[in-house]
Amino acid sequence: MSDMPAAARPVRRRVITEEIAEEPPRATAYVCEAASCLSLQSHDITVRLGEVVADAGLGDVEIKRVGCLGLCAAGPLVEIAETGRLFEKVTPDAVGPVVAALADVKQTDVRAPQGPFFEKQLRVATENFGRVDPESLDDYVERGGFEALRRVLSDMTSTEVREEVTRSGLRGRGGAGFPTGLKWTTVAKAQGTQKYVICNADEGDPGAFMDRSVLESDPYRVLEGMTIAAFAVHATEGYIYCRAEYPLAVARLRSAIRQAQRAGYLGSGIMDTSFAFDVQIRLGAGAFVCGEETALIASIEGRRGTPRPRPPYPAVSGLFECPTLINNVETFASVPTILRKGPDWYAAIGVGKSKGTKVFALAGRVVNTGLVEVPMGMTLREIIFDIGGGIIDGRPFKAVQTGGPSGGCIPADHLDTPVTYESLVELGSFMGSGGMIVMDDTSCMVDVAKYFMDFCRDESCGKCTPCRVGTTQMWMLLDRITTGRATGGDLAQLEHLAAIVQRTSLCGLGQGAPNPVFSTLRYFRDEYLAHIEERRCPAGVCTIEQPAEVMA
Amino acid sequence: MPIRYARPSAPSDDKRWKIVETRMRRLGDRPYALIEALHAAQEAFGYLDDDALHFVGDTLGVPHSRVYGVATFYSFFTLKPQGEHTCVVCTGTACYINGAKEILAGLERSLGVTPKETTADGKVSLLTARCLGACSLAPAVIVDGDVQGKVRAADLVARLEAM
Amino acid sequence: MSVYTLTIDGKDVAGSDGQTIMEVAEENGIDIPGLCHLEGIHDRGACRLCVVEIAGSPKLAAACVTQIAEGMEVTAHSDALLEYRRTITEMLFMERNHVCAVCVANNHCELQDTAEDMGLTHFDLPRISPKADIDASHPLFAIDHNRCILCLRCVRVCDEIEGAHTWDVMHRGLDTRVQTDMGIPWGESPTCTSCGKCVQVCPTGALFEKGRAVARGSKRRRPFLPWMKVVAEERGL
Repeated sequence: MSDMPAAARPVRRRVITEEIAEEPPRATAYVCEAASCLSLQSHDITVRLGEVVADAGLGDVEIKRVGCLGLCAAGPLVEIAETGRLFEKVTPDAVGPVVAALADVKQTDVRAPQGPFFEKQLRVATENFGRVDPESLDDYVERGGFEALRRVLSDMTSTEVREEVTRSGLRGRGGAGFPTGLKWTTVAKAQGTQKYVICNADEGDPGAFMDRSVLESDPYRVLEGMTIAAFAVHATEGYIYCRAEYPLAVARLRSAIRQAQRAGYLGSGIMDTSFAFDVQIRLGAGAFVCGEETALIASIEGRRGTPRPRPPYPAVSGLFECPTLINNVETFASVPTILRKGPDWYAAIGVGKSKGTKVFALAGRVVNTGLVEVPMGMTLREIIFDIGGGIIDGRPFKAVQTGGPSGGCIPADHLDTPVTYESLVELGSFMGSGGMIVMDDTSCMVDVAKYFMDFCRDESCGKCTPCRVGTTQMWMLLDRITTGRATGGDLAQLEHLAAIVQRTSLCGLGQGAPNPVFSTLRYFRDEYLAHIEERRCPAGVCTIEQPAEVMA
Repeated sequence: MPIRYARPSAPSDDKRWKIVETRMRRLGDRPYALIEALHAAQEAFGYLDDDALHFVGDTLGVPHSRVYGVATFYSFFTLKPQGEHTCVVCTGTACYINGAKEILAGLERSLGVTPKETTADGKVSLLTARCLGACSLAPAVIVDGDVQGKVRAADLVARLEAM
Repeated sequence: MSVYTLTIDGKDVAGSDGQTIMEVAEENGIDIPGLCHLEGIHDRGACRLCVVEIAGSPKLAAACVTQIAEGMEVTAHSDALLEYRRTITEMLFMERNHVCAVCVANNHCELQDTAEDMGLTHFDLPRISPKADIDASHPLFAIDHNRCILCLRCVRVCDEIEGAHTWDVMHRGLDTRVQTDMGIPWGESPTCTSCGKCVQVCPTGALFEKGRAVARGSKRRRPFLPWMKVVAEERGL
């Protein structure tokens, strides 16, 4: 890609100071080369470290490029594998301490605890993050990669695979939480000789970067998950629909597909069995609505990405009108671990109907912005304050926004709610793909609602009337409120309109668009009233036109 | 007499058309290759002009009106040439609450353009993106392909003005 | 072919496999409004005026694209549904510039009829009304985007019946517009056959024949294609 950021171009050469044939290295430095750290020139650090280590004559030291280490806020990050020591905000000119630490590593060293950000997490889909070189197939295999696929292809029937996935309680990680095993079974039983598997990597929620991180840090895992799914539903062709805005993820996926094909993990005769499955990448082109499955299919078919009414569901009639399985990146990424460690192990994690773990992208006014994976049922407080380190500058917490433009804002009163699919819906929000935007008292909730409505009206495909017209009208009403031109009637009309758009829109985008309005009205109605009745913005964000004073 | 369809020939001798042709051929010159073909053309030429749209449509057997409908639906495609430099401001939620609005306002003031426009001298194109996924670097911008995090409006304006 | 029995608004009706709720309702004299629906071309379930409730389903379904099933209980008319439909119709009026008094389709307009049927007497919602273009470059017809409700009947009839695919849509969201070929003026379109089908199927005054005055836009039955008639008149036949 010509317009790819310089730092994002695939790095073909693995930087190792010395060829390590038999002897494992005495010490290893993991340098994070996921997008966030890469944009802070972490690749230069890898190169520089290699040079300095070589100059210092440390022949038994490995410098390794790895995927996301998680704590993006403190990047670029370098970790010493043996001791677990983490170096933050490293620069290429000041790698001395890292080299010194590498020289000090002893055989007897054990990994020291790294603090609550790391210790409170439970990694399943992200288990290889910061451990494997995302462009090395060998690395992935070394850490148990393709073991699950081997077991599936050599010891299991497709029915058994579906049963195990069903028993694990895994649900779609893209948002709605549809039971994955049930979806797989529906596709497997659908009529048709040609079936497809699609990986939805069109992560469009603003403030969400889980899928991007998975693709950048551990792309083989997604391929393995897709291949297992293909076996379970009898599909032979797969597509990964990835945002064009993620050039690094696309580059690493392409490299992974190429290497997997060469090594016989994709293509015909996978792992010397008669099973055949291959994967192609399709690039999105900047349309949020293409995250909706029927719109995504339209886009892969080369058409405008507009959703169509369901039924028929894609499981029955999807891509090229064939039965199609669509799962999100994180769902596929969880599958290999579930089949390796067993469905009961996975089902034991989590609470109620929400099993297993969930990856969240922490962002906004939180200290430790980054990527975290926690067991379902952990409270918002633990995620934001224990793992996230609380609010920047110790300001008061105001709300956390989950679920993107279809989600809602949850206030401080509900911080002790365990996070599950059901509990978030009860609070008027939504799990969504897992973005968590933390807000403090500098955010105006009416302005936030307006921001999301602006997003929805911009991303509305324009097919159905309520979404095309209604989102703009709601935005106009919110704009009136934030500029101090609204009356009480406008608020009533906003609620009326929101209810109708939610009820009558064709797809999830329109049906979910009023959620930010509903949730902010539910918890922060006083802020709306302050704008309307007192013509002031409590957070001081909105520019309110004061009525011209009448000259006496 | 057997009917033979002539493969439409490329609009010019420009070698870059070969890239576009190859991408389409790999997908069997089928209508579903439309978006991939538009990506290829935009990568090769920087934008999609009428020649490119006609050529792609004719090769894949897609009506011109549909090609145009697809090209204008997706915000990633641009039908106008871009400026010498591009500046993409992320307007994702994390960037928004960390001051993307001020950055955009500052740029609009100093460059005298609104998003999706290019300055009169053709130097800088101002664009916005709906989340670059670089939320931990908020507010983030991409200047000529390089992601920059924790940007301050004044610094960015100074940098662009120096270009 | 299997026959299903179901109820629509409490009335027992029957239909065959593959029929939509809209078709079965029509056959049984139950009127469900719809502006994007037109018999003979594919339905797209987009205008959302035909939404109905189906017992046991939490979501509303578009009657024009939802197939019937055995034992289905459909509610096609209720106070809530009327309210939804009325609001959606109001949205269509507020989206662009619909001024019936000066419209070529006045009294022959499906949007106007729908509003009348629903008792829509005044508008409360914010008016969007962007300044939209009029393209009168075609010798026989013109399009006024101010009156377009994006039902896309013209796009579908041009593709599915005429086979020209001159019409399609461009941009998205509120900026969506129907357009000819590559967004070029209609009159310059190399693919348009001037068959006039798009004008015939337009539910409003967006697509109209030139030389028609206000309120004279009724779509007359024609013995042959309109452009043939023009040619005949020109030649004094």
